[in-house]
Amino acid sequence: MAGALNAALADALADDPRVLVFGEDVAALGGVFRVTDGLAQRFGETRVFDTPLAESGIVGTAIGMAMNGLVPVVEMQFDAFAYPAFEQITSHLAKLHNRTRGKVALPVVVRVPFGGGIGGVEHHCDSSEAYYTHTPGLRVVAPGTPADAYLLLRQAIACPDPVIFLEPKRRYWSRESAELTTNGPGIDSAAIRRAGTDVTLIGYGGTVGTVLDAAEAATAEGWDVEVIDLRSLSPFDDATVSASVRRTGRAVVVHEASRFGGYGAEVVARLTEQCFHYLQAPILRVTGLDIPYPPPKLEQHHLPDVDRILDAIARLQWDDHV
Amino acid sequence: MNGRRSDETVEQVRPGTAHRERDAAVTTAATDAARIEGLLPSQTPLQLIDPQGRPTAGHGALPPPEALRRLYRDMVVGRRFDTQATALTKQGRLAVYPSSRGQEACEVGAALAMREQDWLFPTYRDSVAIVSRSVDPIEVLCLLRGEWHCGYDPYEHRVAPQCTPLATNTLHAVGLAHAARLKGEDTIAVVLLGDGASSEGDTHEALNFAGVWNAPVVFLVQNNGYAISVPLAKQTAAPSLAYKGIGYGVRSVLIDGNDPAVVYASVREAVEGAAAGGGPTLIEAITYRMEAHTNADDASRYRADAEVQRWLARDPLTRLETYLREHDLLDDERAAAVQAEAEEFAASVRERMNQDDELDPAELFEHVYARPTAQLVAQRQELLAELGNQEDA
Ligand SMILES: Cc1ncc(C[n+]2csc(CCOP(=O)(O)OP(=O)(O)O)c2C)c(N)n1
Repeated sequence: MAGALNAALADALADDPRVLVFGEDVAALGGVFRVTDGLAQRFGETRVFDTPLAESGIVGTAIGMAMNGLVPVVEMQFDAFAYPAFEQITSHLAKLHNRTRGKVALPVVVRVPFGGGIGGVEHHCDSSEAYYTHTPGLRVVAPGTPADAYLLLRQAIACPDPVIFLEPKRRYWSRESAELTTNGPGIDSAAIRRAGTDVTLIGYGGTVGTVLDAAEAATAEGWDVEVIDLRSLSPFDDATVSASVRRTGRAVVVHEASRFGGYGAEVVARLTEQCFHYLQAPILRVTGLDIPYPPPKLEQHHLPDVDRILDAIARLQWDDHV
Repeated sequence: MNGRRSDETVEQVRPGTAHRERDAAVTTAATDAARIEGLLPSQTPLQLIDPQGRPTAGHGALPPPEALRRLYRDMVVGRRFDTQATALTKQGRLAVYPSSRGQEACEVGAALAMREQDWLFPTYRDSVAIVSRSVDPIEVLCLLRGEWHCGYDPYEHRVAPQCTPLATNTLHAVGLAHAARLKGEDTIAVVLLGDGASSEGDTHEALNFAGVWNAPVVFLVQNNGYAISVPLAKQTAAPSLAYKGIGYGVRSVLIDGNDPAVVYASVREAVEGAAAGGGPTLIEAITYRMEAHTNADDASRYRADAEVQRWLARDPLTRLETYLREHDLLDDERAAAVQAEAEEFAASVRERMNQDDELDPAELFEHVYARPTAQLVAQRQELLAELGNQEDA
């Protein structure tokens, strides 16, 4: 996935001279995850450059650059290290368009490696999507596959709105080969990754792989599972997701972030509103625990895994199973 | 020492006083000039022992021999601890380790210059300073081992948890130190940060608060040349990081961070000054990180080997050793004894780290709130049931 993101950045830089890539350690080092590897060498340090270590400064100056016609793609080094930029993101990046009655467009992409599963110490594994999706004016997207990482990042850079681009860091090193193309579902859409009839599993980012594995394992138990990769967390693709849940009548939402007040609550609420009469069972959530992200040796107890997803499916009031 | 003050000058440059005068519009150009003079760092780093181990002229008094010998001992032990920790990452015993090899003069100098009642606010890089502050090394490594976020009791040792989000500890230090003054405690805070962290907004807010409150805080910036890959020239356009104090009315000092004597003396002087009501000090120590940022980093991508080699010649340990030997403060026997002590220390760390601790997953729910919520009690039960089922299966 890191390679797909790198290709997306390179292609965007090549196609549009207004595009800039900057952040901490993105130039010589190529980013701590090597997502920007080689870009500074190829495009020069006026287009791809290191900044002082100051996230508020990075996002704040990106806003000013965008106001003056450039298209900044900035990197936050880790999810929790984007918090110093929160003020700039929520108060300004999200709102300038609205505040100026549409006069100011901010085509800024803020890339945030997010989530855990990499054995990282504290502050390196947060899932901060709920903070961003709760902020009107931001688009929030999260690719789950390398092909989609390329496609979504190209779309995010082309998008006239600010985009919080959440990269599931545990997928950076996934070695799936993928055709990289800009043809595919739009930036607002969810994608059905696997068709099924009995239950809809909904995941995004780092949980897409887990959900697909769970769907595979569920066939052994006799369940035919449909898998939806949300891709776009905000806006939410009501049409695709509710059509699926209406077909299957059952759904489980899976994310790594803590459950309470989490993004899954929004998904469940919307689906309940839209699909209530089609539901055979309450919609369940399989999520992280309501605790600060645990130390690496205990993170497996926090993260949703295939077993927990299968347990949730089993709890969906099946007459013929149990 | 250059740029330092007697008790009289402390009075003169105390930020609060100057501002009150200014409010009353009685400040003269002359007192402003004196005040600025009092805040300015020297243009070249202060040094007490040069890289060849010779005392430098005119920079002030060396710390007493006992202090120098203690510095030497803790630096030798600290370095051995550091190489041991790096080795433990290779065996998968630590999730990650940010080495401070090359920065021992700062780490140990700062820790030893503090008084027992003072607080240390370290970062992830400062394990050696914490060890030198007599915290059990296994407790220090707990965070990096991945078992808990902080392995020691901060109150027991007056050491805040190692801070990972950069520069955030600067504000905590100011708050704690200010509270100490409000409570009438004779406690000051020493906060460690890097050159990169000096760019964060929090550092600037902390310096400003410290200046306005005349808070008893020592900011020690270990300028090791790089923030991961980003060199100082891309971090700041200031003549030196020490200049960052001036705008906030905080006295600033620029020192050679590979000279243990000058680090110790400067921090000690700043600690004593702060304790006496003289307010905050910003110390920039020029040093170098000999290893990569962490074991996971590839330093060859951003710095030349020749540069690393040049800094080898400025090794803080050999510098102090040379000085001590030439002044009859260290002989072969004593050096061997210290080395043996360091080996023993490392061996015990190695041995204790090679044991797998039983971790209790139920502890995950223990310290989220002072009293567990119903929600967490339920999740705890679910997890334990799940683990029980796995065992049964
Ligand atoms: C707020 C924040 N942003 C980014 C990071 C990621 N990060 C960890 S260490 C580091 C470089 C720090 O450099 P410096 O302050 O000079 O300290 P050093 O590591 O050299 O001791 C970065 C960018 C972080 N820990 N916190």
